[in-house]
Amino acid sequence: MTKINVKVDGVSYADEVEPRTLLVHYLREQLGKVGTVVGCDTSNCGACTVDLDGRSVKSCTVLAVQADGGEVTTIEGLAGPDGELDPVQQAFHENHALQCGFCTPGMIMAVRDLLRENPNPSEDEIREGIEGNLCRCTGYQNIVRAAQAAAGVKS
Amino acid sequence: MTAVDERPEAEIGKARRRKEDAHLITGRTRWTDNLSVPGMLHLAMLRSPMAHATITSIDPTDARSRPGVVAVFTGADFKDVQGNVPCAWPVTPDMVNPGAPSLAVDQVNFAGECVAVVVARSKAEAQDALEGIDIEYEPLPPVLDMDQAVKDGATLVHPNTESNRSYTWVFESGAAGTGAPIDDALRDAEVTVSRRFVQQRLIPAFMEPRAVMVEPSGEGVTVWSATQIPHILRVMLALTLGLPEHKVRVIAPDVGGGFGGKIPVTPEEIISVLVARRLNKPVKYTESRSESLMAAHHGRDQLQDITITATRDGTVTGLDVHLLADMGAYLRLVGPGVPILGAFMYNAIYKIPAYRFVCEGIFTTKTPTDAYRGAGRPEATFAIERIMDELAVELGMDPMELRRKNWIKHEEFPFTTVAGLTYDSGNYEAATDKALELIGWNDLRAEQQERRDSNDPVQLGLGISTFTEMCGLAPSRVLGSLSYGAGGWEHAAIRMLPTGKVEVVTGASPHGQGHETAFAQIVADKLGVAFEDVELIHGDTASSHKGLDTYGSRSLAVGGIAIVNAADKVIEKARKIAAHLLEANEADLEFSGGKFRVAGSPGSEVGIADAALAVFAAHNLPDGVEPSIDAEATYDPENFSFPHGTHLCAVEIDTETGMTKIRKYVCVDDVGTPINPLIIEGQVHGGLAQGIAQALFEEAVYDDAGNLTTGTFVDYTLPSAADLPSFTTERTETPSTTNPLGVKGVGEAGTIASTPAVVNAIVDALRPFGVNDIRMPATPERVWRAIHGGGKHRAAGGTTAYGGASTSTSDGDGGDLQ
Ligand code: FES
Ligand code: FES
Repeated sequence: MTKINVKVDGVSYADEVEPRTLLVHYLREQLGKVGTVVGCDTSNCGACTVDLDGRSVKSCTVLAVQADGGEVTTIEGLAGPDGELDPVQQAFHENHALQCGFCTPGMIMAVRDLLRENPNPSEDEIREGIEGNLCRCTGYQNIVRAAQAAAGVKS
Repeated sequence: MTAVDERPEAEIGKARRRKEDAHLITGRTRWTDNLSVPGMLHLAMLRSPMAHATITSIDPTDARSRPGVVAVFTGADFKDVQGNVPCAWPVTPDMVNPGAPSLAVDQVNFAGECVAVVVARSKAEAQDALEGIDIEYEPLPPVLDMDQAVKDGATLVHPNTESNRSYTWVFESGAAGTGAPIDDALRDAEVTVSRRFVQQRLIPAFMEPRAVMVEPSGEGVTVWSATQIPHILRVMLALTLGLPEHKVRVIAPDVGGGFGGKIPVTPEEIISVLVARRLNKPVKYTESRSESLMAAHHGRDQLQDITITATRDGTVTGLDVHLLADMGAYLRLVGPGVPILGAFMYNAIYKIPAYRFVCEGIFTTKTPTDAYRGAGRPEATFAIERIMDELAVELGMDPMELRRKNWIKHEEFPFTTVAGLTYDSGNYEAATDKALELIGWNDLRAEQQERRDSNDPVQLGLGISTFTEMCGLAPSRVLGSLSYGAGGWEHAAIRMLPTGKVEVVTGASPHGQGHETAFAQIVADKLGVAFEDVELIHGDTASSHKGLDTYGSRSLAVGGIAIVNAADKVIEKARKIAAHLLEANEADLEFSGGKFRVAGSPGSEVGIADAALAVFAAHNLPDGVEPSIDAEATYDPENFSFPHGTHLCAVEIDTETGMTKIRKYVCVDDVGTPINPLIIEGQVHGGLAQGIAQALFEEAVYDDAGNLTTGTFVDYTLPSAADLPSFTTERTETPSTTNPLGVKGVGEAGTIASTPAVVNAIVDALRPFGVNDIRMPATPERVWRAIHGGGKHRAAGGTTAYGGASTSTSDGDGGDLQ
């Protein structure tokens, strides 16, 4: 077991983890942060995407010990204290960018990251930018729209 | 001057944002894998690495002694109690069902079949212990190719059967009295075109892997499952395991997509119930993606031999269809019936005088097949729309003209087809004209000619799919005539609360469709209450006790009508209360905008909420009237609903690389009266993505030993955002005449229509190279080979579409090219 200190959605945790524990499993199983989900076992689907120290990562590709001393934001930490939504969350709702919602936590985190790096992306840049996140329900069109709408709000 | 209309704005037709979103966009989700109950143990499944083998020995001793392991069970432990994974659709009286154990006992019949289960304190410990199970197999030859599987002397998948054929299902219009004899049409044909098309095996690939949690309680269990069918699952668990049905509660919490993939009762659900009951402890099992791709059922996988006959002037005279449908190793819940649903759809929108449909269900040593979005209808639509193009070429006709000449004209509805269905309404001309205009068809044709003339390395192709489908499953008597094991009705209840709020209980079970929103819109309009005041209850057999769940684009067209009927009953019950309170005659009351008024005397009124409060207090009710205006209704549709539309696709093909790019995709769908256009658009987008994926990207491939080689998302290539274009989706509105809302299903339309539109476009682009078919998925390599192989390329030349060394992702010479 290894000791880690990590801040998740604004709360500091000090925990013992097995060295092989993936960040996503630490979040889900030890912290109960089940808003972040697992959709694959080959790092292809992006459902597990979270922010680690200001960059989006697939939390199934990061060991919990690698997050030691770091700061993680998950889908559960995006809304403000009064429940006001992050502009990307709001845009997903407004643009019907989710159906079953399973890919949605990862998609929202990926779109936020994309807009951080490129506040005014073209449609193609959005499509390329979220290529690592799979959605089986929406055909992506409304996710692209949501990203464009959120870019409009943010810029 | 007219009186001011106080009615609230109509909800039906509004692009309401979804009620469902709030918890999904904030991560406050209840996926089955997110749940736990006190004392819960975790399961891991040991799966067969062999496609076909007898189990010679299993020794779990080492696994049992691993840390955290509570128990290990094998087939021997449950063989007397596990029964069979249920199949509810014996399509013919003599259909052979060899039985399907949840845990294999003596023999395994596909790679991925469960052979043992480890129960441990944590999931990691359960998985770690799998390697401690010592199991030996004696290999048997795999059975992979359907043509080979039905030959005399073929290796049998199941030792207790006489052949690998499960059933042969036949429809012939002459014998059925729905049309002329097919033999006459074949004999007298002026023009005959025949093709073999391959419906490759697909994987539903819902994003939420399947999960199940079981809590035993006395004689019964509570089961949480990522399922589309909580109600059917409850009945089936009771029947399969001999549990008292009233002690079984099934809950479908948040369910992350299904597309048919979460219809069947699964071995994993049954194993979890058996283990929980044996240990008297709650357990949870969640599959990995690799397990899901390998062992959750697959879809499609048919060989389609199709012959169309016509007169020289382009009048279709007959259609003869012969299918081999791969059931995989076992018959799942509705697996045998899936290709049979296609029987009614090969004739599509056309007036075809003579028709025969023969389907043989075949066992192979591959993952079982069952419903995948569209279930039988995409396959049918693909075959007819592809062969219409080939017939057009044969006749030297424009493919759209050929379709126009043969389709049912809008003034000819209702129209009874050669397959025996009565299409209630439609307007193929209107949808087609709109689609042609939106895509700029004539300009694209001109550009295509220019590119051909100039030998442009990038060629343009235009594809058509004018489709209809039957959905809103289903009229119970039709299901009865097809020997299906249940009805097709749906149930709803409306509970009027004292504060005027409304609870609606539905037997439909959503997993992404937006029922909470669309159904609230319907109820808001019917009862004149606010959209926000309606709450939907679903997916728990304790609170929604009766239902047939969600599949086959049935929730709105069947479940929605049950809600309408329940609302009508609420209004009639409330009318009695209102009449009493207004001291008026029931017959004199008008109801609109949620209020009862005496006709002709405005002023006094009683709202539906007033009636709800009045029955709650029950102080002042008419004699003999129960203190309730709640109501329930069960609706059995008289007919299917028949959405239709015209899908047009323009592709650019780089002839040097074989790369296909969708330049423009336009569809005009007619799904009747729209309830929520935003949700409709979303359903169409998602459906298109899946249909296009069949045309261009996806295939479940087995090697010659029967191992799935596309067992991860690295190899089973779902399209990403970068692989798909933006679609132009429009609608025409021809209301259904068989239900009071005028609605038709929409969930499957995009998937059913889009595959042939894309493939027709590719073939159209490649015709100058002598190509008249392409195997799906039309990967760059296949397209390149088709171009450079000239006329030799066939979608499924010979009989090697599946199996043996010829099945590979790269299409060796034994496969595509011969
Ligand atoms: S779960 Fe992390 S990429 Fe799929
Ligand atoms: S909304 Fe279902 S997977 Fe994206």
